[in-house]
Amino acid sequence: MAAAETLRPKGRPDAGRLVLIAVALTFLGLFLVLPLLVVFVQALSKGVSAYASAIADPTAWAAVKLTLLVAAIAVPINLVFGVAAAWAIAKFEFRGKSALTTLIDLPFAVSPVIAGLVFILLFGAHGWFGATLRAHHIRVVFAIPGIVLATIFVTFPFIARELIPVMQAQGKDDEETAVSLGATGWQTFWRVTLPNIRWGLMYGVLLCNARAMGEFGAVSVVSGHIRGLTDTMPLHVEILYNEYSYAAAFAVASLLALLALLTLAGKGFLELRQPELRHAARRARWRRNS
Amino acid sequence: MPTPAAIEAMTPETRRSGARRVLPGFGLTLGYTMVYLSLIVLIPLSAVFIRSLGLGWGHFWEVVTAPRVTASLRLSFGASLIAALINAVFGLIVAWVLVRHTFPFKRLADAIVDLPFALPTAVAGIALTALYAPNGWLGSWLGRWGIQVAFTPLGIVVALTFIGLPFVVRTLQPVLEDLDREVEQAAATLGASAVQTFARVVLPALWPAMLTGFALSFARAVGEYGSVIFIAGNMPMRSEIAPLLIVTKLEQYDFAGATAIAVVMLVLSFAIMFGINAFQHWALTRHGGR
Repeated sequence: MAAAETLRPKGRPDAGRLVLIAVALTFLGLFLVLPLLVVFVQALSKGVSAYASAIADPTAWAAVKLTLLVAAIAVPINLVFGVAAAWAIAKFEFRGKSALTTLIDLPFAVSPVIAGLVFILLFGAHGWFGATLRAHHIRVVFAIPGIVLATIFVTFPFIARELIPVMQAQGKDDEETAVSLGATGWQTFWRVTLPNIRWGLMYGVLLCNARAMGEFGAVSVVSGHIRGLTDTMPLHVEILYNEYSYAAAFAVASLLALLALLTLAGKGFLELRQPELRHAARRARWRRNS
Repeated sequence: MPTPAAIEAMTPETRRSGARRVLPGFGLTLGYTMVYLSLIVLIPLSAVFIRSLGLGWGHFWEVVTAPRVTASLRLSFGASLIAALINAVFGLIVAWVLVRHTFPFKRLADAIVDLPFALPTAVAGIALTALYAPNGWLGSWLGRWGIQVAFTPLGIVVALTFIGLPFVVRTLQPVLEDLDREVEQAAATLGASAVQTFARVVLPALWPAMLTGFALSFARAVGEYGSVIFIAGNMPMRSEIAPLLIVTKLEQYDFAGATAIAVVMLVLSFAIMFGINAFQHWALTRHGGR
C-alpha cells in the first residue's frame, strides 16, 4: 500500500482519491450503517422500560429459547458434516470432486422459501411421508423438527466451505507423518488436524450460527407461526411488526442486531489470528478450476 | 518414499495413481458426506421436481404463465438485475477504496461490509422500511422530491442492494489485492492517464471477478424473501416477488402452484450457478492462474 502512495508527487491533493473514498463511505453509510442504527433508535423510541418489558415478555423469551435450541441442534450437525466433507475433499484425490464441491454449495442457490417448501412437500399433511407421520402421531412440519430441518438445509454449506480451503492449504504432510509414526486415524485427527484447523473451524461455526439464528424465509414456511411454541426470534419480530407493536418488534430485532455485531467482531478477531481466513473460500473458488 | 516436496510437486493425476493412500478415513468421510448430502439436500430438492412432474405439462404451463406469476417472476428477476448492477458499480468502488487507500476507520468500514451476511433478513427488512417509509429518516427527505421508496418496486431494489453488496466486494477484494501494481505504474510512467490506466489495465484484469460478484449478488437477490416483504408493499401484479407468491399459494393449500413456481426459480438459479462455474473455468483457462 505504501509503495503506491509514495509514488505520487507529494503536496498535490489527490482529488480523485478523496472523491472515491467519499463515495464509498457514503454508500456504506446509507446502505449499511443507517439501517443498523435505526434498529436501536426505534427499539428505544418508547424508553428503556418499554424496551426492557418487550424483551422480558414471555413469548419473546420463548422465541429466544427456541432460536437457541434450533441453533444448538443445527450447528453441531453441520459441523460434523463440514469436518467429514473437508477431510474427504482436502486430503484425498478422487473422481467427481469438483462436482461434489458444487453440490455442497447448492443450498446457497436455493431461495429460503423453496427450502421450506421442500419439507412441506416431504412431511406436510399432503406430503410423501405425511400419512406415515400422521399414523405415528409425529409432527415435523409446523413443529420444531421442521424448523430444525429447514435451518440445517439453509446453513448446510457454511462450515464445509470454510474448512475445505483451510484444510487444503494445510496439506497432508503433518497427518501422514503422524500416521507413519504409528498414530491411529482418530489420534491423528484430534492431535494433529484439529489444532491446525481450529481457527477455521470456529470461523465456519460463527457464520453458520449467525445464519441459523437469523434464518427467516425457510423457517417461516415450515413454522406454522404458533406464538410461544414455533416462533423463532426473527418470526417473532415479524409477528410484532404486523401487529403494529413497532417498538417491541425493534426491541427483539435489536437482540438479533447485537448478535450480528458480535458475529462481525468474532469474525474480525479470527481474521487477526489467522489472516488467511479472509477470503479463503473465495480464493479457493477461483483456484478450484485452475 | 518421495519427500513431501516431491509429493507437493506432483499433479493430482500422478498423486492419484502413484502414491498410496496413507491417511485413513477416506471411505468413512466421503460416504458420510454423500449420505448426508443426499438426505438433507438432494432428495428433498428432487421432491420439488418430482411433484411438479405430477402436474402434467399443460397444467404446469398454465400455472407459470398466469399473469400474476409472470409479473412476480419479472419483478424478482428485474429488481435483482438492477440491484446487482448497482452493487457491481458501488461494490467495485468500495472494494477499490478498501484495498488501495488508507483512511480513518478503514478496518471498521471493511468489517461492516459483512453486515448483510450477519444481520437476519427480517431485521434488515423492518429497518429499511423504517428508514424509507414516508415518515422515516430517508423517506421523509426523499418524499420532498416526490420519490417514494417504501411499498414500491424501488423499495425492493433497495432491499436487494443491501443483501447483495458483500458478494461483489468480497469477490473483488482478493483479486484487487493480488493485482500487480507495477503494470499500472508502468502504464502511468508511459503517459497513460488515471482513467486510461483503469480502463485499459485494471478493468480487464478485474472483470471476471466483477461478473462473478455480480452473478452471486443477482442469484442471492432472486431468492431473497425476508428483507423484501416488509418494504415491498406486496401488491399483486405490482410489488409481489416470486418467493412471496410461493408462500401465498402455500397458505391457500395450492401446492401445485407453489411447486410450479419453485421449479421455474430453481431451474433459473441453477442455470446461473452453472453459468458462474463454467465462466470461471473459462476465465481461468484463458487468463491462466488467477
